[in-house]
Amino acid sequence: MDEEDTRDFNERCAQCSEVNWGLTDGGRFYCRSCHNVTERAREVVNTDFITNSRVQTISKGLKKQEKNDGGCEWYICEGFQLVLKKQVEALEALGVCPQMKDEILCNFWRCYLQKSKQAYCKRPAGETVKTLSVCESSTDVDSDPERPSLLHLLSLSESEGDLQTDCSFASSVSKVSESTSVYSGSVDGSLYLMKNQKEKLRMTMPMTLSFCYLALLWVREPITLSEFLRFVVEGHIPYMNVFQHFPEKMKLCGLDLKIFCVESWPEYKEVFNKMHELAAFLDLPRFPDITESCFLHPDMLCMKYLMEANLPDELHNWTCRVVKKIGIGEVDFLTLTPGNKSTRKVKYDVLAAAVIVVVLKLLFLLDDHYEWLLSEFAEERNKNNTEGGPYFEFKKWYEVVKHSLDVEQKKLDEEKAKYLWRCEKPLFYSVKNKSKVLKRRQMVVNLQNQFGKLSGSVQRAEKPNPSSFQLSWSEENTDGSCFHGHSLKGVLQEKCGLLTVMNPDYWLCTVKLCNEKLCGHLAHYREVEFPQSYHFVLGLFSFLLRIQPSYIHDEVCMIEHRLFNKKLCKKLKYNTVLRKIKRPKTSSVKPM
Amino acid sequence: MDSLLEDYEEAPAVVVGRKRRRRRRSPATQAALQPLLHLPFLPPQPVSSNEHKLSFKKSKEACLSYIQDALLQKQWKRAAEFLTCYVESLEKDYSREHIGPSEMIWRIGTEILWHHSQSRMKEFSCFMEQMKTLGVKRYLKVCLEHVFHLLCNGQIDEAYQNLSLAESWRFGEQTAIQDKEIKLIQAYRGLLDYCSWSNQKKILLEHGEDGFADLAVEREMHNYFRKAAVNLKEIIKIPGVWDVFVKCYVDLLEFYGEHNEARQVLNEYAYNSKFPANPNAHVYLYQFLKRQGESKKSLISALKILHDIVPSHELMIDFNTMLQKSKKRKKRQMGLEVIFAALDYVGWKENAKAWSCLARQVKQIVISEKHLDWIKQEWNSRKDWWPDFHFSRYLAKRNWQENKSLSHEKALVAGILLGKDCKYFKYVSHQGCKARLKRFRMLKKFVTRHNPVYLRISGPPD
Repeated sequence: MDEEDTRDFNERCAQCSEVNWGLTDGGRFYCRSCHNVTERAREVVNTDFITNSRVQTISKGLKKQEKNDGGCEWYICEGFQLVLKKQVEALEALGVCPQMKDEILCNFWRCYLQKSKQAYCKRPAGETVKTLSVCESSTDVDSDPERPSLLHLLSLSESEGDLQTDCSFASSVSKVSESTSVYSGSVDGSLYLMKNQKEKLRMTMPMTLSFCYLALLWVREPITLSEFLRFVVEGHIPYMNVFQHFPEKMKLCGLDLKIFCVESWPEYKEVFNKMHELAAFLDLPRFPDITESCFLHPDMLCMKYLMEANLPDELHNWTCRVVKKIGIGEVDFLTLTPGNKSTRKVKYDVLAAAVIVVVLKLLFLLDDHYEWLLSEFAEERNKNNTEGGPYFEFKKWYEVVKHSLDVEQKKLDEEKAKYLWRCEKPLFYSVKNKSKVLKRRQMVVNLQNQFGKLSGSVQRAEKPNPSSFQLSWSEENTDGSCFHGHSLKGVLQEKCGLLTVMNPDYWLCTVKLCNEKLCGHLAHYREVEFPQSYHFVLGLFSFLLRIQPSYIHDEVCMIEHRLFNKKLCKKLKYNTVLRKIKRPKTSSVKPM
Repeated sequence: MDSLLEDYEEAPAVVVGRKRRRRRRSPATQAALQPLLHLPFLPPQPVSSNEHKLSFKKSKEACLSYIQDALLQKQWKRAAEFLTCYVESLEKDYSREHIGPSEMIWRIGTEILWHHSQSRMKEFSCFMEQMKTLGVKRYLKVCLEHVFHLLCNGQIDEAYQNLSLAESWRFGEQTAIQDKEIKLIQAYRGLLDYCSWSNQKKILLEHGEDGFADLAVEREMHNYFRKAAVNLKEIIKIPGVWDVFVKCYVDLLEFYGEHNEARQVLNEYAYNSKFPANPNAHVYLYQFLKRQGESKKSLISALKILHDIVPSHELMIDFNTMLQKSKKRKKRQMGLEVIFAALDYVGWKENAKAWSCLARQVKQIVISEKHLDWIKQEWNSRKDWWPDFHFSRYLAKRNWQENKSLSHEKALVAGILLGKDCKYFKYVSHQGCKARLKRFRMLKKFVTRHNPVYLRISGPPD
């Protein structure tokens, strides 16, 4: 079409004397040979120009300063790039390995831009409109990997200058003509939301976290997803209101708000699933092996969670045995292989917590009866015998942990309720209500000042340093609130020179697992149907991991089924022979 | 809206299917009109785009419930702390969404500022000014509330200024919508004018002799009267409970001798069926009539209605006294009814005056031996609960210790109604005789003499 439009314009270029004209997005002629833009504009607006609203245009190498509000042209992916940059910088400050930013995350991001055909690519195949020199410019970039475009951007600090975009960015993004565009500050905000990008993985704010965690996983940093998300919530990693760090010239309004303003905390499952989708989308190779020495190995994580849950160190022996027995410590099981649909995606943190729950069930049964019985026995023994380490008393442990948990939970709930969502930088949907928004913002600030004075509490000081542990128990405390050194002798017995569990029974959380792919869950957790002790333990880990108890329950069911696989098969067959007598909710089997 | 359309599109499809099947089976039923099957609405499906708002909303809801808890426990500081975070919800949605929390913030903020030990009236006014700009839909309500607080704080002049300002507020059609509030604002301004008038009146009465000052004060006073009267007159035309306005207006009118208008106002206030039932309306009317020295008949008719609305009203004593003195049998009977009804209420339980009214009338009836059936009639519905309610041994003891004359009157009533053997009478007369009190001896004599009466009263209907 441009060919048609420029056909009638036959003047020579003032600079290079060529006759090779193209049209800029402002409707002006520019020279394709020397990129000189003339003062002449195309006069006739023909009808197919309007009907075919998505006209391919080219953006100049430099940012256009056309907007009278002082804003510059910017693209959504640039916004996300900035967000990622902020996040990875925060991670660096927290001490992740320095290569992660420039070597891992940056490459992932480049790869994403290419695969989603936003940059480093030829024109998207579906486009009917032929572009002019754009393809050339983008192939230029492709053929020249040393070109510092994106990498340069990621490591560029804002003080070094305006945010730059090169042709490669803008070229592949088509601009919506003014008449049809929905209001947005960015160039492609409206297009971004309208596009039905099924084959492309569309970038969202939670996705930025998926990106970060994918990179963390690649370098095997000792951080779990739940911990990572907790740091996000605690504000150590920019997420909420991250747009306030955008340069002044990147104006956010209209649909951009829908993309960059988040009004909810990242959800574990969403980030986790998106991460795997992303890994597959990027066609990443198998990740570095998760071996026994890795932090994410269940044996390691179990140790961490046992400490945090104030449980005896001796239990670690048992968690390791369970892990070994069902093979969830194998490298092949643990290592992420993108795109491999046959293996289950491993949630390292949830898995480790679930192993501990299963071990507790093996030892204490957690049926609201047996654990108290054992506890009474241990109490008796501790009274009469003070030699050696004390026997582990479930009751005492419950009381101590429950108390701290309640206190912490209350604190957390209050903090959540007190969380301030808004930042200094006011946002408005459109210029029309700018003054209204600013006025309202001012009023909110006034009211906050007024009632802040009355609240008596000092404005919260700097946020505390991030910590891997939310609950801490020190053996130095003499009040006996630390159970790490307590012994499990009361619940074990010696058999043929091996310590085994005294408890001869076990109850399964569920007899039959659901199909995770169809139903979304392996099992279904309803609090009332389970013993309170079990619920308490789930609640404890759900607090530590900041996830719903049902996630851990699902994982517990999975482990149980691996553990009792053979016994279960026999039992199920037996049951079907008996013409399906109504099964109890939970069924009991002998442990290992 | 979408779901509505969908439902209607789907509904006929179902019906068509049915018709065809029927046709095949029995053509006879084909003619029968099939009613359209309207599918009920399904609850809105959780849309993922809505989910993203949940956390903000949830956090603010939790915040609100913390505030409410703190308010209930009078922890004003804590409430203020959470309110500081809650005000953010004003900014909910950057653009269009309807503002819900502003009213909440207004109400809660007012409450906190009013009770918090560190808050000052200046800050309070500042807060109120902000709230006025926050919602034009309740502008005048906020103004009124502000005025109330100023008045409670004794800042009459500021309150008056605020009222005048509010009165002149113009905001497109909002002014018309808040028509009722504007009337109230005017009425309160009238009330403050009345206060000024009343103060001037006091000055005038105090310096009655000083002829020079009189004229100026009188003129000013009259000025206030005019301003107050205009506004007060307006508000009491509208059906409602306007006790304070009515009282002041009547006071003004009476002072200037416009008794007829005052009577008219009070009659309207008491008897216009558009106004909500209001005992005070009848009280004011009664008091006015009494001041005017009106006939017993009109006084009684005013109190009759009051009796119907509030049988336990304190004026029932006056009512009973008036009725007892009446020459008409019917009225005297009503008097008995009135006093019995009053004593049904706990508030009157230990009121010596009320009991003496009842005792006097019962005694009269017993002595005259006429109309014993009146007592019987009243007693019938009470005999199963009054003995425990009024005449227990415990009460006899307590009444004797606390108030001898009360126990005297009650003992008389108990003796007549329940006979000389009843616990209350026995205890009191015994104690009275022991203390050698003459009136208790008389009482014993009287009750013993008229003991048969009790049999007639409590016996089966004649």
